[in-house]
Amino acid sequence: MTATNLHLYVMAVPLLSAFAVNLFGRRYRAAIGPVAVSALGFSTIAALLTLLRVLQQGGYRYTVGNWQPPYGIELVIDPLSALMLLLISAVALTAAIGALKSTEQELPGREHLFFTLYLILVAGLLGLVMTGDAFNLYVLLEITSITTYGLIAMGGGRAPLASFNYIIMGSIGACFYLLGVGYLYILTGTLNMADIASILPGLESHAAMATAFGFMLVGLWVKMAFFPLHNWLPNAYSLAPTGAGMMIAPLMTKVTVYLMIRVMFSIFSPEYTFFAHSGVQAGIVWVAALAILCASALALAQRNLRRMLTYILVAEVGYMVGGVWLANTTGMTGAVLHIVNDALMTLCLFLAAAAIVYRTGSLEFDKLRGLYRRMPLTMAAFTVGAFSMIGVPPTCGFFSKWYLILGAVEAGHWEFVVALVLSSLINAVLFFRIIEIAYFQKPEQAAAGGLLAGEAPLLLLKPLLVAAVALLAVGIGSGPLVSQVIRLALPSGMVP
Amino acid sequence: MNQLLTEIVAKYNYWLYVVLMMIGFYAMIGKRNLVKKLLGMNIFQTAIILFYVSTGVKRGAKIPIVDKYAALSQGVDPGQIINPLPHVLMLTAIVVSVSVTGVALAILVRIYRRYGTLEEDEILEKIRS
Repeated sequence: MTATNLHLYVMAVPLLSAFAVNLFGRRYRAAIGPVAVSALGFSTIAALLTLLRVLQQGGYRYTVGNWQPPYGIELVIDPLSALMLLLISAVALTAAIGALKSTEQELPGREHLFFTLYLILVAGLLGLVMTGDAFNLYVLLEITSITTYGLIAMGGGRAPLASFNYIIMGSIGACFYLLGVGYLYILTGTLNMADIASILPGLESHAAMATAFGFMLVGLWVKMAFFPLHNWLPNAYSLAPTGAGMMIAPLMTKVTVYLMIRVMFSIFSPEYTFFAHSGVQAGIVWVAALAILCASALALAQRNLRRMLTYILVAEVGYMVGGVWLANTTGMTGAVLHIVNDALMTLCLFLAAAAIVYRTGSLEFDKLRGLYRRMPLTMAAFTVGAFSMIGVPPTCGFFSKWYLILGAVEAGHWEFVVALVLSSLINAVLFFRIIEIAYFQKPEQAAAGGLLAGEAPLLLLKPLLVAAVALLAVGIGSGPLVSQVIRLALPSGMVP
Repeated sequence: MNQLLTEIVAKYNYWLYVVLMMIGFYAMIGKRNLVKKLLGMNIFQTAIILFYVSTGVKRGAKIPIVDKYAALSQGVDPGQIINPLPHVLMLTAIVVSVSVTGVALAILVRIYRRYGTLEEDEILEKIRS
């Protein structure tokens, strides 16, 4: 194992251990957890080393199997993708530890299948952030999607139906992306992102370039559930098995936002993205502002904790897309920081929801009464996550929101500022409503559930507390994180 | 009108793919039967495969199987062979499409076992009641 291909091991270890889990998991049930967790732990450490190396020595390109680009598939490890590698592997590791208990309860006898899909999904996500090839990106996107369809369909009740709707929408998204790649291929005759980027300047007048750009972006928006295209997400994510939701919800949308950044800046240039078509940039910021407001309003109407969280997730996608499309460095910094923060916040809240559902079996608001007394640690972590979603300093949610608002002011997009502030207020209402129910209202029948329901098992509680501490740590460390990592991670050529 | 007609005839492969794609798209969005939606998805994907493959075609060119020694000594005239790369890409896309269809069919089996029907309206009715 040499240091040059450390990033490959980040992806290969979860992938190979997925096969091991599938082959031997049925017989050696006790080994599933340790294998999965140690594979993801290895990935996390390797990703951390990769990030440190990239920060010291700068980004690098790696050709798999020594097929030289533009014909071979190239992996690009720059600060942004190294940061994403670390984020994905760390979140997946934390969620996997939490998922051990949830799957044991919800999917008895099917843990090996669950963790097989889980590990392949993580490998797919890790591959997505590294690839420097537009077609390879499509294939990896479908690998992550297919595993996600399977994971969601493992849930009970209406989950298969939700998963089927997701398949239809997800396939439309992927096909649109593929069409966009097709137009680029017709124009340039290559699929390597850097190669396309070097050929494209000068071709701006061709309609095919605008068509490719439009198809790719709309395809990715469907995949990330950007507001008018979000219909599939709330059902799919709230009906998925708890263990799957914990990992899919924090990572899938965030990675797709990262892909959008890649398409906008690594394939097309910032000048083309923002200025070639007048009105597009401002229009998308408007749609993002609308997305934030509508999704927040829809979250208000929910009476189930996990469903409410999924609508907040849709609103957060609006934050990030809007931030990227503000077309200035501050907004972009905010968007990238928010990718990190939102992954951690969603992880924390979904883990808290998993802990609650493990003990009480329900996430309806009425059933949350008196939870602070019964599960004080879980609810403390939940409160940290909620404060971060609202944007209370020193939790990390505050800092990315601050950057986003500054960026919007700088760009003169006041509608985006209004949407951000209003959405914070709505989040405050949403979470204080839950805190009020869980803290002040007495449980209905204290005798029935009160004695049974204590804290969640340690295996579920520990990752939750780690996630909550991470929210505070990332919040307090925001300054160095932005100046030393995210500034470097911004795409080059970004308009200052 | 005449101009439009020449345009269509000159690039009929692209028009064909657009028509196929719209048929698939309509079935995915408009039909209420889940199997028909899935079939629509397949037509949609096939349209894209057709689009890719047709981009590799050149007039009067042959299939890209050449004699190795002739190619090594004299080189290959790219005008004489069709571009094989889109075909190879579409092999991967077909694999993806088959796997998605497989997963979708497995999920449809589960839905059918649970609700006894694949009509979306009837399923929603059963969920409500």
